[in-house]
Amino acid sequence: MAGGFVYNAIDQTEVATAEIYGKALADIILKDPKVVAITADLAKSTKLGDVLKVCPERVINVGIAEQDMFGVAAGMAKAGCIPFLSGFSAFTSMRACDQLHTDICYQNVNAKIIATHAGTSFGQAGSTHHAIVDLAITRAMPNLTVIVPADGMETANAVNAAYNNFGPYYIRINRGFDRVLYQNMDYGFEVGKAVEINPGTDITVIACGSCVFQAKQAAEFLDNADGLKVRVLNMHTIKPIDKEAIVKAVMDTRRIITVEDHSVIGGLGSAVSEVVVEAGKACAFKMLGHPDKFAPIGLHEDIMAEVGIDANGIIAAVREVMHKDFEEDDNWDDEF
Amino acid sequence: MPLSKKEWLALEKKAFELRKLCMNTTAWAGSGHIGGGMSVMDLLTVLYHKYLNIKVEDPKWEDRDRFILSKGHAAIAYAPVLCDKGFNDPEMLKTFNLSGSKMGMHLDSNKVVGVDASTGSLGHGVSIAAGTALAARILGKDFLTYVVTGDGELGEGSNWEGFMTINHYQLSNCIVFIDRNHCMIDGPTEEVMKLEPLADKMTAFGFNTVTIDGNNIGALCDAIDAAIERSKEKCAPTCIIMDTKKGAGIKDIEGDYHCHYMALDDATFDKYMKELEEDYNSRVARAEKEGK
Repeated sequence: MAGGFVYNAIDQTEVATAEIYGKALADIILKDPKVVAITADLAKSTKLGDVLKVCPERVINVGIAEQDMFGVAAGMAKAGCIPFLSGFSAFTSMRACDQLHTDICYQNVNAKIIATHAGTSFGQAGSTHHAIVDLAITRAMPNLTVIVPADGMETANAVNAAYNNFGPYYIRINRGFDRVLYQNMDYGFEVGKAVEINPGTDITVIACGSCVFQAKQAAEFLDNADGLKVRVLNMHTIKPIDKEAIVKAVMDTRRIITVEDHSVIGGLGSAVSEVVVEAGKACAFKMLGHPDKFAPIGLHEDIMAEVGIDANGIIAAVREVMHKDFEEDDNWDDEF
Repeated sequence: MPLSKKEWLALEKKAFELRKLCMNTTAWAGSGHIGGGMSVMDLLTVLYHKYLNIKVEDPKWEDRDRFILSKGHAAIAYAPVLCDKGFNDPEMLKTFNLSGSKMGMHLDSNKVVGVDASTGSLGHGVSIAAGTALAARILGKDFLTYVVTGDGELGEGSNWEGFMTINHYQLSNCIVFIDRNHCMIDGPTEEVMKLEPLADKMTAFGFNTVTIDGNNIGALCDAIDAAIERSKEKCAPTCIIMDTKKGAGIKDIEGDYHCHYMALDDATFDKYMKELEEDYNSRVARAEKEGK
């Protein structure tokens, strides 16, 4: 594992995911004088407390001005700094979309965007603060690596990977606490490589972010209740997506469900479907995510339940897809 | 260092040559943003031939001064400056705007050597400049950042976010120029979207604001000298409002918003080149009279 920053499950149960980011960044900033943190009046909300403690002179607050934050970050990166920008995903992807596109991605600068309050994790704040289209936007931006960590350990890994690799990164993390998926950082995280959470041959559930834990729970339940062997892939990197793991899932299980706290238009499901279609191998396919409408208001877990991207929703979808096979036999040779 | 008469005359000659190269580039390209290119050409000339601490042989030198053309559509003027300076092969100008060229209508910093920021979408340069100036402070470097915006461009609210940052962090190492040529695509600025009182606005945003004739090389150099002097201490940043004329140097189109983007037929090209020469002669006379 690159880097010297090690956290464990105890950290995760005691601190929010964004605080893991803050701790990871504090470690990085201490060892590299070129690293700076930039925020738009969200130093507290995006958990820069630890960075402020160790290196306040390298925390730049531009006030409530996301466009400026991105431009400043691009300038700093152009002049040799490595800026980590943090803000709510809704605003990092939309309010500053032109700056993300032109200043960061087009110029291919070494800036790292930490987009907090992802999906509907700030559910009570309503649609102004939900980020259910940000993956559609960021995924389409050339040069940008897009990562949706599943929990705190994965966030630490993603932050380290962003630091260790040149180029713009968009790391999308939730507000508050995430359910613990990984006990430590040492599970083989690699940008662009899906992690198998549960082995399976009947169907594959491909998830990202908060939906990975839900998929894992669903797989365990379905094994016990229905005897189904559900493969669960943590597709933490949305771009570049792990084509190999997707095609292998199609070939091995012939049934794919994607699940994400994001619109079904343009996010993980779309990315996976593009790979499946290009592979030329038909399979049963279902996308779980927010339908093409604004999300309801509520607690994150309540919204996930209502939209059907929690364990219960995944269980129902698996049972539906298992009974809607596109053909009866398992013979590939009679297909196009 | 105060501008000597000899240096002033040399800069006028260079500005004249660059204006002609801008005209040729427009002819090769078929059309171009002549108006805003000509209004900012005197600034580009003095920066690249008197002030910028840069190395043509080492364009990525990390201690170099930065220049950011926020009004990126003036690339038709900027590209000739960069080629003439030696950053890029002047032959490239013959491909400006053409399919497959490295030089599009707005310059790409990853394709054209010497460009510090890819601009074209308006309202981006000020924040980028704030970033390079902040980086200089954090990294302990003493390079300066120069940024020029258009005046119509100031309608983009992001500029004012950037101005706030430059003021808040007292980035006197970032010198802001506004090319006040009074024109936008659709008409005079005061008709399309009122900007005045612009100097008061910049002062209210915390800038040490000066307004000068931006098509007078002597006045430009005096203002830049003063801004550089101030940059030696962390204090209120300087904004130089350059009162300019769109299409400066070409009598036929000077001050006319219609010259924002033009195609030139042969007769018009010849006429404008002749007018540039007449303008140059009057500029030489001014330098002879006012220079020291």
